[in-house]
Amino acid sequence: MGGKLLTNVVAPAIALLIAFGIAALALLLAGIDPLFAFGEMLTFGTTAESMIIAVNRAIPLFVSALAVAVGFKMGLFNIGVEGAYLLAALFAAYVGALYSITPVLHVASILLVAMVVGAIWNGIAGWLKVARGVHEVISTIMLNFIAISLSAYLFLNVFKADTAGLTIATKLIPETGWIPSLNPWLEFFGVEVRAGADLHGFLIIAVFLGIFYHYLVNKSRFGYDLRASGVNPSAAEASGINPKSMIMKTMLISGGIAGLVGMSTLLGFFHQYPQDFPTGFGFGGIAVALLGRNNPIGMAFGALLFGFMNRSALILDFHDVPREIVTIIQGIVVLAVVIVYEVISRYVQRRVVAAAAKATSEAEDTGEVAA
Amino acid sequence: MAQVPAIELHGVTKRYPGVVANQNVELTVMPGEVHAVVGENGAGKSTLMKIIYGMVRPDEGTIAIDGQEVHFRSPKDAIEAGIGMVHQHFMLADNFTVLENVVLGSEPRAGLEIDFRAASDRIKQLGETYGLKLDPSRKVEFLSVGERQRVEIIKVLYRGARFLILDEPTAVLVPQEVDELFDSIRDLKSKGVTVIFISHKLDEVLSIADRITVMRAGRTVGTTTPEEVDTKKLAEMMIGSELPTPETRESTVTDRVLLDVEGLSLAASDGGRDVLTDVSFKVHAGEIVGVAGIEGNGQAQLVDALIGLEAEATGEILLQGESIFKFQALERRGAGIGLIPEDRQKQGLLLTSPLWENAALGHQNKEPYAKGIWINKKGARRQTEEIVRRFDVKTPGVDVPATALSGGNQQKLVVGREIVADPVVLIAAQPTRGIDIGAQAAVWEELKNARAADMGILLLSADLEELIGLSDAIHVIFEGRLVAKLDPAAITPEILGTYMTGASEERAS
Repeated sequence: MGGKLLTNVVAPAIALLIAFGIAALALLLAGIDPLFAFGEMLTFGTTAESMIIAVNRAIPLFVSALAVAVGFKMGLFNIGVEGAYLLAALFAAYVGALYSITPVLHVASILLVAMVVGAIWNGIAGWLKVARGVHEVISTIMLNFIAISLSAYLFLNVFKADTAGLTIATKLIPETGWIPSLNPWLEFFGVEVRAGADLHGFLIIAVFLGIFYHYLVNKSRFGYDLRASGVNPSAAEASGINPKSMIMKTMLISGGIAGLVGMSTLLGFFHQYPQDFPTGFGFGGIAVALLGRNNPIGMAFGALLFGFMNRSALILDFHDVPREIVTIIQGIVVLAVVIVYEVISRYVQRRVVAAAAKATSEAEDTGEVAA
Repeated sequence: MAQVPAIELHGVTKRYPGVVANQNVELTVMPGEVHAVVGENGAGKSTLMKIIYGMVRPDEGTIAIDGQEVHFRSPKDAIEAGIGMVHQHFMLADNFTVLENVVLGSEPRAGLEIDFRAASDRIKQLGETYGLKLDPSRKVEFLSVGERQRVEIIKVLYRGARFLILDEPTAVLVPQEVDELFDSIRDLKSKGVTVIFISHKLDEVLSIADRITVMRAGRTVGTTTPEEVDTKKLAEMMIGSELPTPETRESTVTDRVLLDVEGLSLAASDGGRDVLTDVSFKVHAGEIVGVAGIEGNGQAQLVDALIGLEAEATGEILLQGESIFKFQALERRGAGIGLIPEDRQKQGLLLTSPLWENAALGHQNKEPYAKGIWINKKGARRQTEEIVRRFDVKTPGVDVPATALSGGNQQKLVVGREIVADPVVLIAAQPTRGIDIGAQAAVWEELKNARAADMGILLLSADLEELIGLSDAIHVIFEGRLVAKLDPAAITPEILGTYMTGASEERAS
C-alpha cells in the first residue's frame, strides 16, 4: 500500500472506527443498544432533508477549516477564526443592508466587506506577533473574547434595526444581496425536496475556496514559502523567506477566509444578523482541519461528517438517548485521528528511510563508510 | 591485563541509509583511565558515543560495562549504569541557576518540596572533590563557556556517573579554559572516574589521554598510547595514506573584485562586546577566501550579515561594484549570493519534504523551479534529477524526503543546488562538516571547479587542513575582528591555530 493512501485514507478510517467503538461502549454502559442508536441516526440522517441540512452545516465548518489550515501549514495556530467570522458577519450584514445594486455585485461587495473585516481582525494577531512577539494562540484567544463582546455591543447599540418586530436583528439585506438556494438544481436532477430545507448557494463558493486553497498552498510560490516556513523556519529564513512578512500575510489570508465563514447562513438563510447568529464554527473548523490533515478533500469529508453527525443526532432525543454522545464521538475522532496519523506517518517514514537505505546500498557495492 | 575493562565494545556496527556509521568497532576502556577517541569529522566518533550512551542502538555487536553485557534502550538506562555524557552543545536552561540546572530532572525531595539546601551542599562538595569551582546560586546566562561546561560535568556527576563521556569538549573553549578543563579531568581521574574524551585535536589528546583509540571511516583503526606516537603518526593513522587532499591546483585568482565588504560591524544585542567590528575583505573572481577562527568568534554572524539576516549590521557590502547592503535576504540571493549553510539540517533543508522541494529552497523564485507565481514542479524535479546525477547524490529518487538521505548525500544536494544556481559569490560555511570522506572529496572537487569557473567563494571552516588546502587567502577572525590575513602556502595548521587563539596578531592589508 502506498504511503499516501495509508496516511490519507486508512488513518482517518481507523480513527473513525476507534471513535465509534468507544462511543458504542459508552452507550452500552448507559444501557442503550449502540446498534439501535447508530441505526436510527443513519436512517434519519440520510433523508433528503437531513442531508441538505447536514451539507448546510458543513459549509461554514469547511470554510473555517480552510482558514485554520492556511495557518497550520506554516505552523501558525489561528484560534481566532471564531471572533473574526462573528465580527465579519455583523459588519457585512450591516453594510449590505445599506444599499441595493445588481445582484452579483451586491453579494460580491458584501463578501468583500466580510473578508476585509476578518483579515483586519486576524491581522491584529499577526501584527502583535511580528511587532511584539505575542504568541498567536494567546492573542487570538483574547481577540475572540473581545470580538464576541464587541459584536454584542455594536449589535445592540449601533447596528440593530429600529423596527419593533419580534426578532432582534440588523436591518434586512435587500434581495439583491441574497445568495439563492440550490434547490431548483436539486429538483432538476430529480431530488425531491420538502419545503423548509434550502441547500445554501454558498456551497459553490465554498468549493471554489477549496480549489483556491489547494492552488495557493500546494502550487504557488507563496504556498512553497508557507510550507517551508512551517517545516523549518530557520531554513526558510536562511533561504530568503522573510518570516515576519510571511506571518503577516498568512494571518491576513486566514482572516480573510475566516470572514466568509458566516456568509452561507447570513446570505442564504437569515439575510440579516439576528441575536442568535450561530456560533462555534470557528472552533469546529479547528477540529475539521485536524481531521482532514489540512488537505482540502480531507477537510471537505471531515466537515460533511461533522455536519451529518450533528444533524442525525437530533433523532436521538426521540429515543431518550443523550445526544451528547455525538459530541463525544466528534471529540474522540479528532483525538484518534491525530494519534493514528502520527503512528502511521512514523511507520511510513521508517519504511521510506529503509527503502532509501536499501536502494542506495544496492547502488554502490563498495559500501561507503562514515557517520 | 587481569583487570576487568570498564567499558568494552565488541564488533559494534551501525548502518544508516547509504552509509555504515560504525563498522566492527572494538573499544576497550579500562577503569580510571582517560581514553581518547580521535578521528576526523565523520569518522564515526559521535555515533559510537551515542551508542555507548544509549541514544542509538547498534545493529550488531555487544557492549559490556564492568564485564556485564548491557542493552541500553535509552540514555536513562546508560545513566543508571553510571555513564554520563557532556554534549558538545550544552543543554542548559539559561534563566535557571547552576543549582536548578544541576538538579533538573533528579530533584532531591524534602517532603513535597525540592531540598535545595541538600543539593547545594552536594554540588559544593562535588566541586571541591573534583576541582570544579562553581557558585550554585549564579544564573547560567552570566557564566562563561568554560563555566557552563563545568555545570554540565557536575550535572552528570551529580547523577552518579562513574564513566564520563566528553564530546569535543575543547571545541568551544579558549586555551586558558582548556587548561582548566584538563586540570579537572586529571582530578576526576585521580578520584577514580573513567573519562572518554572525543576530539580531533591531536596535541590535546596527546597531553591528556592515557590511551588513544583512532577511528577512521567508521572503523577503529587501533589503540595506542601517547608514548608510542606523536601528532604526525597519529594524523597518519587518522587519515590513512590514500586520502584525497583538499589541495587546489594552480591559482585562478583574477583581479576582478566580486565581493567587497567594508567596515562591517554588528553590535551585540545584549549590549556586550561587539559581535563584529570593522570587518573588511574582498573576494575576487576565481578566488577562495578562507575564514579561520575558533567557533563563536563571529563567523555565524558574519554569514548572517552577508546574506541579509542581520538587520542591525552597519557598513557596506558591494557585489560586483553594486551595493547590496540595503537588500533583503531574498534580493541578495537573487543578486547572486549563494549559501551552503553551516548547519545543513537546521538551515539548509526541509527534512520531511521531498528532495525536489529541498533543491528549490532558496531558489524558489527562479527558473526552473518557478514559473510566474507558480512552483514549476516538473522543472524543479528535472533540475533536481540533474543535481542528483551531476553531484552523485545517492538516493532512490527525487520524491523521497530529505531525511531518508545520509548526511553526506544531504550535503551533496545542498552544495549541488547552490553551485547549479551559479551564484556570483558562494558562501560555504563548514561545507564538509560531519560527512564521509568520499562526499568530502566530492565537495572539495566541486568547490575547486566552481573556483576555476570564476566563482568567488568565501569558505568558513573549522577544518584547518581544508582551509589551508583550498583557500587562496585566509583571514583569521577573533572576537569579531579580522586579526590577520595569511598566505595559505606559507603556513601550517599549527601557525594558523596560534592566530586563532588571538595569541598572535598581525594587521595585514
